[in-house]
Amino acid sequence: MNKRNSSAMLKQNFSSLRRVVKKLFEYFPRLAPLTVVLVLFSSAVSSIPSLFVQNVIAVIEKWYRGGDWAAARPEIMHYLTILVILYVLSLISMVSYTQIMAYMTQGFLDRMRRELFNGMQDLPISYFDTHKHGDIMSHYTNDIDTLRQLISQALPTLIQSGAIVLVVFSIMLYFSLWLTLVLVLGIFAMFYVTKTVGGGSAKYFMEQQKATGAMEGFAQEMMNGQKVIKVFNHEEASLRDFDQVNDELYDVSRRAHSYASILGPIMQNIGNVLYVVLALAGGVFMLTGLKNISLSGMPFSVSILVPFLGMARQFTGNVNNLAQQFNAIVMAGAGAARVFALVDEKPEADDGYVTLVNVKTGAKGELVETEERTGAWAWRHPHTDGTLTLTPLRGDVRMTNVDFAYVEGKDVLHDVTVYAEPGQKVAFVGATGAGKTTITNLINRFYDIADGKIRYDGININKIRKKDLRRSLGLVLQDTNLFTGSVLENIRYGRLDATEEECRTAAKLAGADDFITRLPQGYETVLTNNGANLSQGQRQLIAIARAAVADPPVMILDEATSSIDTRTEAIVQRGMDKLMEGRTVFVIAHRLSTVMNSDVIMVLEHGRIIERGSHEKLIAEKGTYYRLYTGAFELE
Amino acid sequence: MLRSVREFRKPTILTLLLIIGEVFIEVLIPFYTAELVNRIKAGVEMRAVVQLGLILVLMALVSLACGGAAGFTGARASAGFARNLRRDIFEKIQHFSFENIDRFSAPSLVTRMTTDIGYVQMAFMMTIRAAVRAPLMLVFSVVMAFLMGGRLAMTFVVVIPVLVCGLLLIAKKAMPAFRAVFRKYDRLNESIEENVRAMRVVKGFAREEYEKTKFAAASDNIRKDFTYAERVVALNSPLMQICLNFNMIFVLYVGSRIIISNRGTTIDVGQISAMLTYGFQILMSLMMISMIYVMLTMSIESMRRIAEVLQTEPALKNPENPVTVIADGSVEFDHVSFKYSKLAERNTLDDISLRIPSGATVGILGGTGTGKTSLIQLIPRLYDVTEGSVRVGGRDVREYDLERLRDAVAVVLQKNMLFSGTIRENLRWGNPGATDEELTEACRLAQADEFIRSFPEGYDTHIEQGGTNVSGGQRQRLCIARALLKKPKILILDDSTSAVDTHTDALIRAGFRSYIPETTKIIIAQRVASVEDADLILVLDNGRISASGTHESLLRESRIYREIYEQQTRGGAQDE
Repeated sequence: MNKRNSSAMLKQNFSSLRRVVKKLFEYFPRLAPLTVVLVLFSSAVSSIPSLFVQNVIAVIEKWYRGGDWAAARPEIMHYLTILVILYVLSLISMVSYTQIMAYMTQGFLDRMRRELFNGMQDLPISYFDTHKHGDIMSHYTNDIDTLRQLISQALPTLIQSGAIVLVVFSIMLYFSLWLTLVLVLGIFAMFYVTKTVGGGSAKYFMEQQKATGAMEGFAQEMMNGQKVIKVFNHEEASLRDFDQVNDELYDVSRRAHSYASILGPIMQNIGNVLYVVLALAGGVFMLTGLKNISLSGMPFSVSILVPFLGMARQFTGNVNNLAQQFNAIVMAGAGAARVFALVDEKPEADDGYVTLVNVKTGAKGELVETEERTGAWAWRHPHTDGTLTLTPLRGDVRMTNVDFAYVEGKDVLHDVTVYAEPGQKVAFVGATGAGKTTITNLINRFYDIADGKIRYDGININKIRKKDLRRSLGLVLQDTNLFTGSVLENIRYGRLDATEEECRTAAKLAGADDFITRLPQGYETVLTNNGANLSQGQRQLIAIARAAVADPPVMILDEATSSIDTRTEAIVQRGMDKLMEGRTVFVIAHRLSTVMNSDVIMVLEHGRIIERGSHEKLIAEKGTYYRLYTGAFELE
Repeated sequence: MLRSVREFRKPTILTLLLIIGEVFIEVLIPFYTAELVNRIKAGVEMRAVVQLGLILVLMALVSLACGGAAGFTGARASAGFARNLRRDIFEKIQHFSFENIDRFSAPSLVTRMTTDIGYVQMAFMMTIRAAVRAPLMLVFSVVMAFLMGGRLAMTFVVVIPVLVCGLLLIAKKAMPAFRAVFRKYDRLNESIEENVRAMRVVKGFAREEYEKTKFAAASDNIRKDFTYAERVVALNSPLMQICLNFNMIFVLYVGSRIIISNRGTTIDVGQISAMLTYGFQILMSLMMISMIYVMLTMSIESMRRIAEVLQTEPALKNPENPVTVIADGSVEFDHVSFKYSKLAERNTLDDISLRIPSGATVGILGGTGTGKTSLIQLIPRLYDVTEGSVRVGGRDVREYDLERLRDAVAVVLQKNMLFSGTIRENLRWGNPGATDEELTEACRLAQADEFIRSFPEGYDTHIEQGGTNVSGGQRQRLCIARALLKKPKILILDDSTSAVDTHTDALIRAGFRSYIPETTKIIIAQRVASVEDADLILVLDNGRISASGTHESLLRESRIYREIYEQQTRGGAQDE
């Protein structure tokens, strides 16, 4: 990384930190300032007592030659009483702010997590297609964790120790300017050390994070291929490779922690030396009878030097505390910058205004919008002239001359035209990368087309609100994703207000009811880890039931049965066939038995439709489809 | 687990010693500073003051040297410990049998190697740095306090028990709360991962708002639990403050009383300030001990998870006097039954007997879950049989040296995989010393040479992680070539040509017949076409051999075989 680049990053990290603090005050408009006040108050109150210690010592010096305790007692008690009062006050404020801090830290993290998650829900699919899931996850784990460190530890320490440093510094001025000047020399040394050692430590901690990532990636790949390793007796070789990444991680980790742990001793001993230097300087000043310059106007004496030394200790201790937070702050800056990068990501735009509403037939046979659940749906289309039309939902999808590219300049689809009338089954066939899935990505607007038109029941899909558009399209994908929860909850995901009865009906339709009722707890069986306790076929059946309960007029089946063997597929197929009845269906499959009985089959190659027609027609043409069908052509 | 410290024992011990030195000096320093204050106060000549000051500076330097060196050795020891632990886990996994691999998921193993070891490394470092420092500091400070302070030290008789009890109470209340909340936190992260993975489903069903509500509830729930745990822990510093304050008042009051009553004969002002310092040190070290306690208990869960891997015994072991020569490629199953788990009620394979002569070609067909893969995995002893015996070259596979056996039996797994690296590097897995001619020959046989040469960089083409930049059919052919390079006596293809077109598939099999006739070939396939010319075809159903014979005889005799055949030749015809 060059210098300009890293300084730009530092700047960005710093502004992210400021944003964190700003947010903290936004979320807790009363508590946050109150905490600052309490922390300041508590640190002020806890540094004042050194003044009184000095007073008490002065009293002792005054009386100890006389040995008259009874006479000295009231004077001592006077100071001690003030001291006790101060302590009580400081304790009260301390208890309050530590409790508030605990509450605020967790409240803030909760808000940040939700902001992150909510922002993420609104991101377009392209974000998830272009970012590694592990990287997205680390925002929730590592990055949020750095914020926890920052808010619960670094910030309070910063305020508290910062305040103490300032207060003690003024008190020291009250005692003696000369001694304070000596101390300032020490502070310079401390700053220098923090900058070099702390900076080095932060640098290596970042490198440690990178090395951990590299090690993690390597381990992940090897563990996934562990069985291949065994079959090839490759254990020793992979261990050798592992040693290399592991040693690299060890090296940066050792450096990072070395820097971090020598900072403390260095700072502490600068403090120790400073203590001696101050004592000597004080001694010299006293012996030489140098005139003291101070706010108090007291001359040099032991009663100044002793408390001053105590305060110097307190002062250097707190500077040390501040230095120790250096690391946490740098890391939190980087973490916050990454979190905000996700939060600031542009959400999926939706300027659709055509919505899906329930309708019933009015007195004169016209459609009337209603709040009731009639099962009949229509598109509610407001026009610019203030009028409103209701178009019944039928499932007529037409794509005309559609072009599309994921990355500009690299067209994935050229001039694709597909008409699907209500109830028709349209299949897409073609090699990986031919653009089959892309077409379905466009219909439900996971991606927006570059050129051409897509109309749904005659309405340009860009005008339809995405939520309503997607609600009218059922989706069954090759990778079934089930959620942690009961089987029933998973089916109900298709329509949240579905009754248990409706879910069961949907499961029956999909042919899933049979095996579900044989599960240990039937529909209440809890699925975990993406339904790991079910077979691939059973997972697929639940996904089909989930789509069935939504009862959409249009279904998209993307390789929904590809990872099931042909015998099991025959069972799933029955469910699928029932599900497809009366719906417009888009099917993508590389197994031809799945697509054969479609009304129309589109053969895609390099983003163009090269053949279209029914199974019989395409076989008769003896083109690509024919070659695919006879197995003379490799598909994937 | 501590065995993993190994070569880092020296820096570990050195750290402990250095810290003892550091603590020793750290405790002496207040003693000398008190003396310094006294000398200044007494107004003795400057020389004595300077002398003492020099001693103090020297001590600070020694303390710095000790502390700094301890920082280096401590970091070295803990990072080294973590490195060894990671290596031990990785090595252990290399020795896992398939049965062990099935038990741990890859992500859970990776978490152990990253997050868990991270916690253990922190705990280890904290412990070696503080485990000696804190108790030592405590003892030194208490001794010094009693020596110097005399009766003033009585304050600690009150303060120490109060602090210890308080800290214990807090730890006792906070620990279970933290453990519970961390478990919940893990679950929350799992559900986020689930959401990210299923984003197409979420958006496809327009469930964004529903997911947000669900997440908000879970997140808020964690907030409540976490707040409680943190609030309990937040009582630590006020408790510490009370003790410090009490100490201060007590020392000042009693101290001034004694000094004034005795005219400064028993103790003096310098001692008062020393007492305050020792008090601070004593309380700090108690605090440190309680922190170590918390750290250790927190990392216990991580240690347990690491130990679980390290203590896993590989399910398969080499025999005592292994046979190293495999006579030929004949395979025999003698009443073999097999199940993956002892607890499973049903056998995955049930009473299988068969005999394959060396050099034969055998096809295996059957639906998912009928036991095809389980059957072939017994041949290279990836699992051990539950009952019966599997013989290769006339001997039970359990008598062979594992490495030799697996070199002689090449398996192309169903879940085949290429690793990141060039094509050449991937192929050399089969034979690290293979020459370029041998590579090309194997690739020609697997029908891979042609497409490899079509790549601009040919055999040096880089394969991405998981082999995502070659097509499914190409990946399968590369995996076959890789297996061929082992020059095995038995070659097993587990559904390894499913994405290869029928023509190429036929070419591969024809190549096998003419170029490696003496190798036994066992082919699992979905397509009848891939096995119909085999010498022997087995049809598996429900863990048993339902039928066996040639293509013609099976068409006549096996209903299942006929069904599969018809479905594939006429395609979905039975649905109509």
